[in-house]
Amino acid sequence: MKIVVDEEKCVAAGQCVVAAMDVFDQRDEDGIVVLLNENPPPRLAGDVRQAAAVCPALAISIED
Amino acid sequence: MTAPARVLVVGASASGLSTVESLRRKGYAGEVVVLGGEPHAPYDRPPLSKQVLSGAWEPTRTALRTQEAMSALEADIVLGDPAVALDPVTQTVWTASGREVQADAIVIATGLRPRTLPEQEGLTGVHVLRTLDDALVLRRALSAGARVVVVGEGVLGAEITATVRMLGLDVTMTGPQPAPMALQVGPLVSAALAELHHERGVRLRLGDGVVGLAAEGTRVTGVRLGAGEVLPADVVVVAIGASPATEWLAGSGLRLDNGVVCDSRCRAAEGVYAVGDVARWHHEGLGRLVRLENRTNVTMQAAAVAGVILGADEPYVPVPYFWTDQFDAKLQVHGFLPVDADVEVVEGDVSARRFVARYRSGGVITGVLGWNMPKQARLRSAEIVDAPALL
Repeated sequence: MKIVVDEEKCVAAGQCVVAAMDVFDQRDEDGIVVLLNENPPPRLAGDVRQAAAVCPALAISIED
Repeated sequence: MTAPARVLVVGASASGLSTVESLRRKGYAGEVVVLGGEPHAPYDRPPLSKQVLSGAWEPTRTALRTQEAMSALEADIVLGDPAVALDPVTQTVWTASGREVQADAIVIATGLRPRTLPEQEGLTGVHVLRTLDDALVLRRALSAGARVVVVGEGVLGAEITATVRMLGLDVTMTGPQPAPMALQVGPLVSAALAELHHERGVRLRLGDGVVGLAAEGTRVTGVRLGAGEVLPADVVVVAIGASPATEWLAGSGLRLDNGVVCDSRCRAAEGVYAVGDVARWHHEGLGRLVRLENRTNVTMQAAAVAGVILGADEPYVPVPYFWTDQFDAKLQVHGFLPVDADVEVVEGDVSARRFVARYRSGGVITGVLGWNMPKQARLRSAEIVDAPALL
């Protein structure tokens, strides 16, 4: 699983962090997404898919 | 409970699409039919008043999914054919073109229709903003030198005002409230928003309701205020809220009252559900009916309804969340912000335009607002009391 985030689309909602806090964080200054791990282990795959699904800006894409 | 053989989703916008995706993600392998009233494949609405109106984005960028991802859903998606009637007993929906679809579960996701002023029909120069087509028509009308009046000081009115002003046009915001978004964020933050808009050159004519439009022939020439004054305008944008698109359900027997009234499982009748802006469901945490008009609710509610359709028996009890971007201000709102709440700045500084405010009502924390502090606001939102039954 490989994750790609689009910082330009990100609206800083932080929903991805709630869904998968081991994989996503937000910048302190403007809340834009920070990808902590672009190749997360399979045990986090469900959380990551959830994060992509709840992102209101569609800024997270997953390449299997 | 067995999974339904066929699910029909009425509405092909974010809520309809999210419902289908949630069903598939949860392993549903049955038949899915989606009926959309607009001709466009599912697209996202929040950018319409911002990036699309400003021209920063090509309209195609609002597409919610690639064509490939849409095909992968294996759903029968019918666009440009709005539903016109529903019978909950036989679980059948009819469309404008005469199509008849029967299903074991029906999800109503028909969203909202913008409210309009009684005089605006047939007048050129008067706009609403709800659909992609609306945004593109308005964008073309914003020619250099145009004088723009926005009727409405809510979230959408304030966003449109900011976008139009950033294009360099002369713009006036009108509305009955004393400051932008006063009903949504309360006096402290709306006063700060008023200051921001004023500083950026927006004319604020707030606290005086619009009573009508002035016109020459069929062309709008201005907006009439309660005090008798006419604000001259070449372009008028009406953003005075929206009503749930439920007129097609008249006569269905479903309870319609400011939306499709649902139980705590978002169920309007046996086998009939509602999702998104159109759904008014019983929020068990609050102990009352709630209807939310925001983008994040759509995704969360769609997931909840997909779960209920597939046999989960859980109430939908979200802490709402919305955001708005105006000029360089990015506001994030978690929970509920009653207008009479006690508001306390808990981080940052209002004058620095970087702060987090906490809203307390009836002694409990009901909401948190961040102004250019999204991460800090999200962290603080954990303090929101889950079941503010006192509201």
